[in-house]
Amino acid sequence: MHCVNSKLVCTLLLIGWFGSAMAGEDATVDAERLQDALRRSFSGATPEEWKTRVEQDRNQTLCSRYRNAPPPDIAAAISAEALSSVRYPESNKLLGDWKKGEQLAMISGGGQVSRIVPDPAGTRRGGNCFACHALSVKEVAAGNLGPVLTGFGKARGTSTETVRYTYEKIYNAQAYFACSFMPRFGHNGWLTPDQIADLVAFLLDPQSPVNR
Amino acid sequence: MTSFASMWPRLLLALLLPCLWCIVARADDAQDARTREEINKYREMLQEGNPAELSEARGEELWTTRAGPRNATLEQCDLGLGPGKLEGAYARLPRYFADTREVQDVESRLVTCMVELQGLTREQATRGWYQANSDMEGLVTYIAGKSRGASIETPQVHPAERDMNALGNALFFRRSGPLDFSCATCHSQPDRRIRLQEVRDLLLPEDARIVLTQWPAYRVSQGQVWTMERRLMDCMRQMRWPEPGYLSEALIALQVFLQKQAAGGVMQAPGIKR
Repeated sequence: MHCVNSKLVCTLLLIGWFGSAMAGEDATVDAERLQDALRRSFSGATPEEWKTRVEQDRNQTLCSRYRNAPPPDIAAAISAEALSSVRYPESNKLLGDWKKGEQLAMISGGGQVSRIVPDPAGTRRGGNCFACHALSVKEVAAGNLGPVLTGFGKARGTSTETVRYTYEKIYNAQAYFACSFMPRFGHNGWLTPDQIADLVAFLLDPQSPVNR
Repeated sequence: MTSFASMWPRLLLALLLPCLWCIVARADDAQDARTREEINKYREMLQEGNPAELSEARGEELWTTRAGPRNATLEQCDLGLGPGKLEGAYARLPRYFADTREVQDVESRLVTCMVELQGLTREQATRGWYQANSDMEGLVTYIAGKSRGASIETPQVHPAERDMNALGNALFFRRSGPLDFSCATCHSQPDRRIRLQEVRDLLLPEDARIVLTQWPAYRVSQGQVWTMERRLMDCMRQMRWPEPGYLSEALIALQVFLQKQAAGGVMQAPGIKR
């Protein structure tokens, strides 16, 4: 390691090295070994479950490989691809109904496959936004894995750019932050474009509990 | 051994905890720290009368009761420290066993013993393992209790043990499924919550110890003790992954990785959880 040019650079490199050592990167396993273990461990999964829930797409492979901190060039490629994946509602109306959005934001279940704890029939899928974000002014039981979004619309207004950004962020969060922890709700087909428009309204509408 | 009758007040308290949870869950955000403190206080109160003690007592009885086609007890079962040696054994699992040539956790090792010593089939040994009052629940609780006060020290000596740690590490960061989740999504940053539920940073040894020293644990909301395999399977359910097989490699590898993260933590299991 050449530490003559800049003490700062060397300090950063050392911090980086310690950081990765603490995350346990001394231990590595090759891709084939991992794949074999998955095949054996999830042998009870249906072909459909295997394809959609165990196998990774390219994005998941990259974000796992770089432990959610991809180098700049790869991060840029991930974001560009994410942005180009966004599909808009047929009506092209990106600002929907905040009341429907609020309901969706509160739904936490749905889409679980388990033999021990099966989803009750007819369980709806939602965004479960409160799990990670503070949103409505009056809802205090909010998680903090994601940023606080209370007053999101109040601070930003409802310009075309803001509406579009908000829609794209929910559709595929990685368009604006490669390997974000946030699910790619639209890209993965978890929520429909119209449902995402309702969530946009929940965040931006001045009448929404997020903003009043 | 605590008599069943004397445990009733404690059980009542356990049943009341979910109600208390609703009340504290409504507390103001600014009172977060106070809320946590209150919850911890109730936890401590419960810890003195953890209903898991019933499960522990049942496990002890199962351990010494003859069963299976061979009409044998499990007392000669080797959990890594020699036949019948239980003190501190849980704190040193999972580990490599030469006879099976596998890294095994407490659950897979118990199945080996039921098969080898008692003559049960694997199917018989694992049937209904996740249900309340299952033999597995009792035995795992009993064995974990025998490690109270022991330091977590999962061995990393045999190549297979190191391989399983590497596998667990890779699985921890592996994103998949319709919500793009990996374990790291919720468990790689300090001081995080899902709603009001704390989720520990399992890459931080202090946090990992808090978690791993408490499992298996009595889950008040479920009314039963959950083993670590059950705990991990339920994480995967919520991550929208498929259900992994019981005793599967992925579940054991994750335990090796997590136990290693929590090395040095002093076992207090069986714990009590929401």
